Amino acid sequence: MTGWVAANLISVLNGLAIGALLFVLAVGLSLVFGMMDVLNLAHGALFVVGAYVAAALTGGSASWGAFLGALGLAAVIGLLAGGLLSVMTEPLRRRSHLDQALLTLGVALIVAELLQILFGDDPLAVPAPPGLDGSTSIFGAAYPTYRLVLIGVGAVLAVGVWLLVERTTLGALVRATVADRDMVAAIGVDNRRVKITVFALGSLLATVAGVLGGPVYGASVGLDSTVLILALVVVVIGGLGSVRGALVGALVIGQIESLGRALLPDLASFVLFGALALVLVVRPRGLFGGRSGATA
Amino acid sequence: MTDVSRPAGVTDNVVGGTAPVAEPGRRRSPLTIAVVTVVVLVLAAAPLFLAPFATTTLTRLLLFGLLAVSLDLLVGVTGLPSLGHAAYFGAGAYAAGWVSVHVTAAIPVPLLAGAAMGAVAAAATGWVAVRSAGVYFLMLTLAIGEILAQLAQSWDSVTGGANGLSGIPAARLGGEPLLNAGYLYWYVLVVGLVAFALVWLLARSPFGAALRGIRDNEPRMRAIGYPTVVYKYAAFVAAGTVAGAAGSLLAAQQRLVTPSDLGFTTAALVLLAVVIGGAGTLWGPVVGAAVVILVRDALGPGLGGHGELLLGIVFVLVVYLLPRGAAGLAGLRPFRRRRP
Repeated sequence: MTGWVAANLISVLNGLAIGALLFVLAVGLSLVFGMMDVLNLAHGALFVVGAYVAAALTGGSASWGAFLGALGLAAVIGLLAGGLLSVMTEPLRRRSHLDQALLTLGVALIVAELLQILFGDDPLAVPAPPGLDGSTSIFGAAYPTYRLVLIGVGAVLAVGVWLLVERTTLGALVRATVADRDMVAAIGVDNRRVKITVFALGSLLATVAGVLGGPVYGASVGLDSTVLILALVVVVIGGLGSVRGALVGALVIGQIESLGRALLPDLASFVLFGALALVLVVRPRGLFGGRSGATA
Repeated sequence: MTDVSRPAGVTDNVVGGTAPVAEPGRRRSPLTIAVVTVVVLVLAAAPLFLAPFATTTLTRLLLFGLLAVSLDLLVGVTGLPSLGHAAYFGAGAYAAGWVSVHVTAAIPVPLLAGAAMGAVAAAATGWVAVRSAGVYFLMLTLAIGEILAQLAQSWDSVTGGANGLSGIPAARLGGEPLLNAGYLYWYVLVVGLVAFALVWLLARSPFGAALRGIRDNEPRMRAIGYPTVVYKYAAFVAAGTVAGAAGSLLAAQQRLVTPSDLGFTTAALVLLAVVIGGAGTLWGPVVGAAVVILVRDALGPGLGGHGELLLGIVFVLVVYLLPRGAAGLAGLRPFRRRRP
């Protein structure tokens, strides 16, 4: 009995860690869509860029300098990539979602192949920084310390993003643009500058999530579509353009991924799809979805 | 996407004024009939001139072309851009492969099993997808496809897991296995032509007209009494069925089915084929599929197996340069340039 509880406590903690990571990843995707109406299918590729940056800099030997350096470098790459993607999607503003999705899909393919050429086909491991690479005893069960820290970092980032969006002028501008883009433009705000900022910040969160997720997932070919799918499911469940939705969706999917795989290993994919279907049948726009993004 | 109406007075315009460019015309000109006849004859005679390797490549072009046609029924005709269509292709391939290994490889049993599995998989997952529209549909189909791919990866006892379903016997016709590349090609060609004709007839039928109506203006179709969700669901299942049939051809040609056959990359490539070829024309996506498969399978090895890098570049270029695809090029007429 105690063994069962301990096993599932581990799963719940794992779910929280995955959820924290998913939130950091998905909130960028969600805001970029809510703000700019662009479905950025290159978001998963950005995550993997972060993971490979971490793998390249730490290079198998764990040190705080390398890990923090990877975070900084990934953040800069994320900012630049986000700005570039924003500029690239600008000419397609008046075209269908399909065209924007295809463009970012093409970018995702190019990035994934370039990473494969640069780093080879074999999965690379990212060691956790020294001090965090051990395990901590929780109610008698050993649990990786890094994942506990990850839960904490995810919580701090969630609060940070929430404060940024809900309590600052930039956040007010972002929310206003999600609600009514044309009206924001009409009162004299340069829409493009807001867009580039949000796209850059969203991409920064994706690459940073890649570094943070490195010690858990490593860096491997094909990881980009796996995390992209999880982020999309989070965003669909939570509702596009909603920070709260991304948080709740990430925590739910984190638990489904972790508990589902532990309790029903053969049915985990069905459980994921089942949760998605259930939410969409009850709330077609997601749990916290507004009207934005509802039309084609 | 294809709601550009032609100016009045265009000769091949159907009654009623505005025909979408993509709509198959009502009157077949003698030229069209001649072109179709020549294409079919050349395709039928191809194995007589070609080396076995080229015949095999052509076989793959045809079966991916059929997959692209089935996706065009969704993207171009119904206006539902799916990023998970390879799931039904893969489901059909696994079903056909499994039946060939465990029951019989006699034609048409694997074909029917593949088509049936494609239909069942589309019916089981499509009801969620068709409730959504626009970008939600794109994301949902992407998620559905990836979840089915994960299922193929993890359900070892049936699918063979990451190694794929191997040891599929050659398809048999009248007790004789189709080991010769040419015979297999003709089998794929016949199935492909019949399936293409069926999809074309479906797109021309009143049902197809209703689907185009939904694509162009769904609220209006609903207002005049069409149960649009039922129509979209039917189109989704029909497309899944044809994709499953194409999957059975893949199982017969490759004699191996792997999780990557129903994954995200395959789905993205097929969607690229439809967009390159021109959505809504049905024949355009076949050309698009040929381009995509040639770039990946023929040029890819020369680039050290990185044909997908080239495809990514093609993706980006097509979005900027060819918003209507290759069929859009064919549809360009001198007068269109003078429009305001």
